[in-house]
Amino acid sequence: MRLLKTSLAKVTLVAGFAAITACGDGTASTPPGASGPPGAAAASEEAAPAGLITAAEITLGEIDQAMVEKGKATYDVKCQACHSTGPNRVVGPGWKGVTERRKPEWIMNMMLNIDVMLETDPEAQKGLEECLVRMPNQGLSKDQGREVLEFMRTL
Amino acid sequence: MKRPLLLTGTASGVIACAFVLLNSLPGCRPSGTTKSVVTGDAASKVYVKPGTHDEFYNLVSGGFSGQLAVYGLPSGRLLREVPVFSVDPESGYGYSEESKGMLTTSHGFIPWDDSHHPELSQTDGIPDGKWCFINGNNTPRIALVDLGTFRTGSIIEIPNSAGNHSSPFTTGNSEYVVAGTRFSVPMGDDASRDVPIKTYKENFKGNVSFIHPEPETGKMSIAFQIVTPGVNFDLSHAGKGPSEGWFFFSCYNTEQAYSLLEVNASQRDKDFIMAVNWKLAEQLAKDGKGKRVPGKHHSNWWNERTHSSETTVYEDVLQLDPKDHPGLLYFMPCPKSPHGCDVDPTGKYIVGSGKLAALIPVFSFEKMQKAIAANDVEGDFAGIPVLKYESVLHGEVKKPGLGPLHTEFDANGNAYTSFFVSSEIVKWNVEKLEVVDRVPTYYSIGHLCVPGGDSKKPWGKYVIAYNKITKDRYLPTGPELTQSAQLYSIDGDKMELLLDFPTTGEPHYAQAIPAELVKPREVKFFKIEENEHPFAAKGEKETKIERRGKEVHVWMTTIRSHFAPDNIEGVKLGDEVYFHITNLEQDWDVPHGFAIKGAANAELLLMPGETQTLKWVPTRVGVTPMYCTDFCSALHQEMQGYVRVSPANSNVPLTALTVSVDAEM
Ligand SMILES: [Cu+2]
Repeated sequence: MRLLKTSLAKVTLVAGFAAITACGDGTASTPPGASGPPGAAAASEEAAPAGLITAAEITLGEIDQAMVEKGKATYDVKCQACHSTGPNRVVGPGWKGVTERRKPEWIMNMMLNIDVMLETDPEAQKGLEECLVRMPNQGLSKDQGREVLEFMRTL
Repeated sequence: MKRPLLLTGTASGVIACAFVLLNSLPGCRPSGTTKSVVTGDAASKVYVKPGTHDEFYNLVSGGFSGQLAVYGLPSGRLLREVPVFSVDPESGYGYSEESKGMLTTSHGFIPWDDSHHPELSQTDGIPDGKWCFINGNNTPRIALVDLGTFRTGSIIEIPNSAGNHSSPFTTGNSEYVVAGTRFSVPMGDDASRDVPIKTYKENFKGNVSFIHPEPETGKMSIAFQIVTPGVNFDLSHAGKGPSEGWFFFSCYNTEQAYSLLEVNASQRDKDFIMAVNWKLAEQLAKDGKGKRVPGKHHSNWWNERTHSSETTVYEDVLQLDPKDHPGLLYFMPCPKSPHGCDVDPTGKYIVGSGKLAALIPVFSFEKMQKAIAANDVEGDFAGIPVLKYESVLHGEVKKPGLGPLHTEFDANGNAYTSFFVSSEIVKWNVEKLEVVDRVPTYYSIGHLCVPGGDSKKPWGKYVIAYNKITKDRYLPTGPELTQSAQLYSIDGDKMELLLDFPTTGEPHYAQAIPAELVKPREVKFFKIEENEHPFAAKGEKETKIERRGKEVHVWMTTIRSHFAPDNIEGVKLGDEVYFHITNLEQDWDVPHGFAIKGAANAELLLMPGETQTLKWVPTRVGVTPMYCTDFCSALHQEMQGYVRVSPANSNVPLTALTVSVDAEM
């Protein structure tokens, strides 16, 4: 929104809205850790339901700036409406620090296999209970998902 | 059955007799006394378990509603009503700035019509599930509905036509769909002349148009028209197999009457089926043998990339005059006031159905060719050769019922004819011309349909009756009752009534096709990357607001569960506000709605990835709410916003606000 920034400061959010901004994994309520959240296990190799992306399929190296830019472009069109790059929830959780809280394959599956995740993954289900809006399938290709993940790593 | 109340002179006697005759015949319905004859376990044969799909799509005209309705068979469940010729406030069709163009004609914006005959596109003479054509009778138009989206993809206006009834029947590879004018009218250079109606014979002409849909885009244009003597064309079908390359049209009013047609156009014992050698016509048109005559018409096309209509205006049309081209047209005498004109799956036989005849004539294409070769004619009609009835006849089905109307076929050599006056379906053998079965309908059946029943490959299984009168079949709803269809099994030797199901509008004519031929084509959403709408906002980052003089343009997006921007200020009284709304969703079946208080036109319903524009002219100063009308998520009720309208002389800056949750408060 071109004219957005200038008009922000004066606006007060109603209390009810402020109260639910703690929804989902966008806040510090999920502790980051090497073992990842319990739900991430559902997406691990041995227990992964058919079709889910496994850890073995994703390699994270140095930040690839070209991929970041493509990821950002996809974010602008397809994700930004619901996810801020800051800490707070819009419809879904804010993305700041998300790659520290969630395993890469969990994030990829939320982007690409949302229906299976909402059926099988306890952490995904917990997110839905809090946000109450099913994460839309935005029709991303696997490459686009990977690029968005790269963009997330920079946040 | 409406009967005339006002008659003069001798005509009244003729009609009165006919009236008494028709109503005193045994079996003439509606009587309201015939009980349902459902036997055995009919319910289980139409039961479609929750979570499972119907076997066939049934595409049924909405008649006076101007729309196309889609039902599942055998359940009879209504799946969708596709807006075609009539505006649809539910979706904004005909109201949104982009879709208004679909309904423009040389007469201006015509937001309604009378749609009669759906016709599926074909490949090799078999319905292919790509398109469904349908006609608008009133302001002569043909529409193409894309079965990938179940939306109207194209509408073309037909010049030199009135009461576009005998349409839009298709050739075996949908090279052409045809449109025959029901009313003959002064045309071409004469169209704008002020002529007395009593000069009908001298000044009025008929014609049939051949419309070409481009195979890739579905854009339609008129390839050529063939001028005919002034008669009324009713229905039509293309030849197939051996008769491929020919088209057949039923016509009535060969008396060339222009007043009290119910008497004056029923004088002759026989009217005609007109046979057109369309391959020859196509060649003549290609060879430049036609003449361009005035005939302004619009061809409107829906561009799925820009989510907008595009219109081409043609000033004239190519006409062929059969007087200059012997061999182009022949008449075959057909008793009496023929309606249906149906070609069997083998392409060998053409069945005429004379509404006022007590028999069904079946013509042989082979005999017709021999008669043409031998010049076996009984004379000419306004210069067109009339072939001898006996020479072209395969035979007659004797005393089949009253008021034969329309015939479809199964894959086993049987025909099913609807009988309007005696309210029944009669099954008969095409080769032997013998009646093999009959069932009653409730009541006054018009057309009927067998899946694939007018193609080379009928799928059979069912025949569906589309009734004009419903009487005692459903819960009453005041003086007007729902329209009705009835489903019969034709799998066994005896036809068996399985189900009555209500329909919207008038179920005038229909087509049915196996669901498996259509389902794989379904578009699930429009790709946002491919959205070429000039006002698309691909992502909230592209949302903005701009003043252009008195016009305010808003680039707005929707996603579960908010608009961006959701607050607008700086609109002034006297402005026209254009909301260009893009639905950012990329998932199947997640439309969002857009409505604003006091909108004088409609709401919008936006499919995923689509952009549409609603024009809104505020009428008062104040704050006006806007909201989403399609329950899209648990937070749907939160999907709302405000527009502040200031006095015309105010200097409130034009601002669009969406307040980020990460913003400083
Ligand atoms: Cu909504």
